[in-house]
Amino acid sequence: MNTNTSPVLQLTGICKRFAGIVALNQVSLMVRAGEVMALIGENGAGKSTLVKTLTGIYQPDEGSITLGGERLAFASAQDAMQAGITAVHQETVMFDELTVAENIYVGRQPCRGGRVDWKRIEAEAEKLFERLEVALPVRARVKDLSVAQRHFVEIARALSQDARVVILDEPTASLSQREIQELYRIIRQLRDAGTAVIFISHKFDEIFAVADSYTVLRDGQFIADGALADITEPELVSLMVGRSVKEAYPKAAVTPGDVVLEVSDFSHPTEFDNVSFKLRQGEILGFYGLVGAGRSEVMQALFGLTSGANGKVVIHGKEVRITSPASAIAHGIAYVPEDRQHQGAHLTLPILHNITLPILSRVGFFLRGHRAQENKIARHYAEQLELKAAHLTQNVSELSGGNQQKVVLGKWLATDPKVIILDEPTKGIDIGSKAAVHRFISELVAKGLSVILVSSELPEVMGLADRIVVMHQGRIENVYARGEATAEVIVAAASGSELPQEECA
Amino acid sequence: MMLKMRETQLALCIVALIALVGARAPVFVTPGSLSNLLTDSTLLVMLALAQMLVIVTRGVDLSMASSLALAGMMSALLASRFPALPLFIVVLVAVAIGLGLGLINGYLIGYLELPPIVVTLGTMSVYRGMVFVLSGGAWVSSHQMPADFIAFPLTKLFGVTHLVWIAALVVLAAWYVARYSRFGRDLYAIGNEPSSARYVGIPIARRLLWTYGLAGAMAGLCGYLWVARYAVAYTEIAYGFEFTVIAACVIGGISIAGGSGSVAGAVLGGLFLAVIGNALPVVKVSPFWQSALTGLVILTAVLINARNGKQGGRQILPLHLNKATGSAA
Repeated sequence: MNTNTSPVLQLTGICKRFAGIVALNQVSLMVRAGEVMALIGENGAGKSTLVKTLTGIYQPDEGSITLGGERLAFASAQDAMQAGITAVHQETVMFDELTVAENIYVGRQPCRGGRVDWKRIEAEAEKLFERLEVALPVRARVKDLSVAQRHFVEIARALSQDARVVILDEPTASLSQREIQELYRIIRQLRDAGTAVIFISHKFDEIFAVADSYTVLRDGQFIADGALADITEPELVSLMVGRSVKEAYPKAAVTPGDVVLEVSDFSHPTEFDNVSFKLRQGEILGFYGLVGAGRSEVMQALFGLTSGANGKVVIHGKEVRITSPASAIAHGIAYVPEDRQHQGAHLTLPILHNITLPILSRVGFFLRGHRAQENKIARHYAEQLELKAAHLTQNVSELSGGNQQKVVLGKWLATDPKVIILDEPTKGIDIGSKAAVHRFISELVAKGLSVILVSSELPEVMGLADRIVVMHQGRIENVYARGEATAEVIVAAASGSELPQEECA
Repeated sequence: MMLKMRETQLALCIVALIALVGARAPVFVTPGSLSNLLTDSTLLVMLALAQMLVIVTRGVDLSMASSLALAGMMSALLASRFPALPLFIVVLVAVAIGLGLGLINGYLIGYLELPPIVVTLGTMSVYRGMVFVLSGGAWVSSHQMPADFIAFPLTKLFGVTHLVWIAALVVLAAWYVARYSRFGRDLYAIGNEPSSARYVGIPIARRLLWTYGLAGAMAGLCGYLWVARYAVAYTEIAYGFEFTVIAACVIGGISIAGGSGSVAGAVLGGLFLAVIGNALPVVKVSPFWQSALTGLVILTAVLINARNGKQGGRQILPLHLNKATGSAA
């Protein structure tokens, strides 16, 4: 590590606003060649916005970007790429119908005499995967790959550009332990070759394992930077959160009652296999696993969204067949999906109509006479959830992420469910709303509902769940009772590291 | 693999259809009749290829037939007013007019980010209306056009009409563009995942501009060829033909959702519709049935494509465990 060299990349006073909301406020940051810099901040701190600004997808409203002593402005992603900044984005940037090799070189295919040189593309892709020491068929279509394999395609794309600055935005979310080690090795390889690496992660053990320096963002503002050797983990956490952290999970002391839902031998041809679990009344059952472990898929099948799943589902001692979301709702199951914007809320409808949407048939067919009743229902749930909105006829699109989530929750509570499945209920919402959601989950079970909590945030699952089901590659790896297992054990189970052989064939 | 299979299936269907009709009416499989069939299919195939590139980007060009009519009418008017003008100038003008009309679509769709179906629905009417305005509703008939203007498309070179030669060149060019040009590959990327395309730095607006421009230019070229071939230009040239072109694409397995489709598919789709169109009169099926049959073929094609494309879900379970003992945890 050569800390005395001048920075490769320097940002000064970057500001970015969206429709009046300040996403980045006077952010400054610098990275040196041959250095791994960890960019730290909570969800919504502005990390991804900063990455998009750096890669030319957003243009900053103020401030300057200096690369290798030269001041630059990127009008497009192409500009940033040509200047030598490349990123592995959090959202997978993939083209399903194209081959692995083409995905790496898409948009800048090497040409010979004006003709795309397919032989070279495939040969170079082979070489990249050799360097990464992963085996991937370069002619396969990306739609046939697993989540982790897709990730390596993205990493290969970033490597193929011989960039001066490589940004890795939460690259480990869907990788197993062994794959993460591979990634560390790749990052060190890059660093030793003199590349500046910006590494974004939520996991402190990863940050301390690979990074040399850090920069902390909070609420779109620069907070601190320095060398990781000079700081401890608790100090870093308090910088990130801005207060001393004692993450309190308000777990209500509820004694689970009878079995409400029993799922046995639930299987799907490609997504999951032999999934069995029991859910008692008043219980919070956590589902933990890597992104893409098949947790959401199990829930979606249980809710009747996907066809092709087999197995026995027993609700209150009676075997039921769930063929559609409507039948799931009728049996008292509610599913709050992960993707609020697309699956959860109808953004262009008012709060009122969002909340009463799944129960309209109960309100009545001709709604005109029942407006008052609709209003009452909506008001009830809005109050219960401490929804912050100007009025109930406000469109959901105008609310903040946390409040949108509350509308979605209210909507499903209105169906009066026995079992409520929450898929990543706190993903991408601010700390304040998060606490409200946690409190709310506890209230749900106190009232006798049963909750299935699918979450990738380990503290949340460990803090709230009575039992934790850990999934790995579409199977249940293990089930732990509350307090039975340490975080390390659970993470190891989620990575499937007990198995001697690993995938990635 | 599956794509390849689909195209071979379609090719076999075409051969089977020709054989079947030939068995009932031997006149259909005479060299003369088959060469007519080929000539008849050329305009549809060329337009389908341009439409394919548009559909691959998740778009659609409904204004193609109107652009064709406008460029065709203008070239007919030009040739009848100035009979001394060399033919290639007239053709060039037709292509340029088509290109201009297409670029208007492309600008609105690419740079102003308006939805393709709405934009081209609008320009479809505008362009068709301009044919009326320019011609005053009058026909340009064969005796008003210069002889070389009319003769060119059906003149034979090495025993094959110019139309077929031009179509063959267009097929080759389209294949090259779709497979070997950065431009063509970008179109697939855009259609696959527009947001990802932006992340990897593909200039989406510029690509869309020129895709629709290309479709327009093709419509312009076909406009001249159409008018010259049928030796008449009137306001309703190729009325409704845009749907036949889209149908050819759909039959050829080009996904309306964008991102996938091959040149072979578009060509075969066009040929298939041409065979049906030419075969039905030969076996004395009423022309009224023709449209219904075409519709059935489209629905069948969509059904087959949908079944092929239907995925059982994401692949999460590790694949190799199927081969292993299966006793793992």
